[in-house]
Amino acid sequence: MNNPYFDLLMWARGPAFNIALFIFVAGIALRVVEIVALGRKRDLAPAKGNPVAQGLKTIFTRSVPRKGLVAYAPITYIGGYIFHMGFFVAFFLFGPHIAFIDGLIGVSWPNLSRVIIESAVALSVLALFALLYARMADPVRRALTTFDDCLVWLLSLLPMVTGYVAVNKLFGDPTLMLALHILSVELLMIAFPFTKLMHAVTFVMARYYNGAIQGRKGAQS
Amino acid sequence: MTATLERGLNALREQIDAPVAAFFSSCVSCGICAEACIFYRETHDPKFTPIRKLDLMRRLWRNEYTLFGRLANMVGLGRRITDDDLSAWEELVYDSCTMCGRCTMACPVGNDITMMIRKMREGMSAAGHGPVELIGAAQRHSDGSSPMGDLRKALRARVKHASQETGIDIEFDKQGADYLAIFSAQEIAEFPDVIAAMARIFKKAGVTWTVSEDAYEATNVGVQIGNRDIARLLVGRIVDTAEKLGVKGVISPECGHAYQALRWEGPNLIGRPYTFEVVHIIELLDRLRAQGKLKTTGKDTTRLTFHDPCQINRRGGIDREPRNLLNMVADDFIETDDAGTMNWCCSGGGGVGPNERANAVQSKAFNMKKRQFEKVAPDKIVTMCAFCHHTLEAQLDDNNMDIEVQGLTELMAEYLDDETWERGPER
Repeated sequence: MNNPYFDLLMWARGPAFNIALFIFVAGIALRVVEIVALGRKRDLAPAKGNPVAQGLKTIFTRSVPRKGLVAYAPITYIGGYIFHMGFFVAFFLFGPHIAFIDGLIGVSWPNLSRVIIESAVALSVLALFALLYARMADPVRRALTTFDDCLVWLLSLLPMVTGYVAVNKLFGDPTLMLALHILSVELLMIAFPFTKLMHAVTFVMARYYNGAIQGRKGAQS
Repeated sequence: MTATLERGLNALREQIDAPVAAFFSSCVSCGICAEACIFYRETHDPKFTPIRKLDLMRRLWRNEYTLFGRLANMVGLGRRITDDDLSAWEELVYDSCTMCGRCTMACPVGNDITMMIRKMREGMSAAGHGPVELIGAAQRHSDGSSPMGDLRKALRARVKHASQETGIDIEFDKQGADYLAIFSAQEIAEFPDVIAAMARIFKKAGVTWTVSEDAYEATNVGVQIGNRDIARLLVGRIVDTAEKLGVKGVISPECGHAYQALRWEGPNLIGRPYTFEVVHIIELLDRLRAQGKLKTTGKDTTRLTFHDPCQINRRGGIDREPRNLLNMVADDFIETDDAGTMNWCCSGGGGVGPNERANAVQSKAFNMKKRQFEKVAPDKIVTMCAFCHHTLEAQLDDNNMDIEVQGLTELMAEYLDDETWERGPER
């Protein structure tokens, strides 16, 4: 007898994925064009330093926190690092994900063992809850929190939880759980260009501009 | 919508460019900027979180420069900015931000929040919002020659006194001099010894310089209040005079925002590069040191620390130069925590100092510096900004802290290797 969730899985892997991918790619392109099209006036003050070199450098160096600041926001910093690294490991280094990408664009790379992937996912999920706690408990973060922040938190959590459940067949029908996992990723892709998830692309621009503005003056960034 | 509000929003729209859009798109509302802000750190009031000070600008950007925002606007879901909003934001944009730039250095995604505050002030000011003290200073400076009124007579007197004291002729409007020196009103009013100090150092180094009544004031309240038209007018006076005199350069004095205004914003305000160089006095002194033209003798044996003005170091890139100079003359130089690029603001920059409404929060903010100074227990604090100098003296006095504050140029002149100088310090 056919699995009743098979059609859902096929839809998630087929048409739904194509729609999500289109919105993801077109949305990011639109947002980037929206930013770049605003332009930036040429700076007429003679440069003291090299703005381009420092802009490029800052894209990387800003990943390291300023001395002393971690102590003032340990959950935000440490939770942020763990979440991002765990998400990256699970997304890019899990065998089935690599196989999926290979099927899509014909590019593949070595994968990590399931133990490492699942540990990364578990740490990432824990980090997400720690970040949620900091967001609710700390007055600064609570005051900054919008619907966007809550939505993005949920959309970041769902793929990891559903993926973990599907891979380990913890509960529910495995086909259904896999379909839900894929659908949760697609929700993330659809929301990406229109929420703060977009920072995953625009941080490169922001850090570059920051470094270039400071670098032009010969100032540190 | 009133005409002034519309003018303010139009001024704000003019400020929105690709970096602003990239910054708002990248903000993850992590709140790290608050941890870098002197006003938040000393009050623990979340309203002082730097990125929150830009909520209105972000709303305008989202409503008008993003597809989703425009769609929401079309169906009436976009929240409009009102005059009441701008009134409420004055406290955040003017009273509790010295534009010190620490948040810009701390933001994990790289947002230049300080630059956006500077832009936000353009909208506020065009809509008629801003501290009355800055509005008054802008008026006085635009109509006259200085934010403190007409200081031309005072300048003449100070220059004459410096000439008499040093025996060095300081010529007004000298064609073809190497440099035109300009001053901060604070220097003319409170710290005029810097003129004699410059005269002695430049005489010894063989640098020719001049002063002009047409452009003697370096401060630029247009940059502080956020009014490009005023800023352009004030920079234009200096540019016109420098070009008329045919000088090779203009010396930006020991004043933080004056350096920002003239060196970094000026060419963009007037729409063309200058025909002369702008050099900060401490940059010039360090250059003379490197050329062997600035030599000192003896050392200051008091315990001495240095306060980095935000606009000159963090936002201006002059970090190594003052330390090169201090190492020539300081026998017991000790840095405070976070010295250099991440130094804490004196608490009075960016127009906060003259703003009476901000007095209470400024006093709280100064506690950061107070603790830092208490930790290193200096006999003297040296700085390179007359307004930092003024603020530190006032706040130290309020806190019953008996510490001398001195400008670096004056300190260098005290120890200048100058056999003709009879009034030098005891060595």
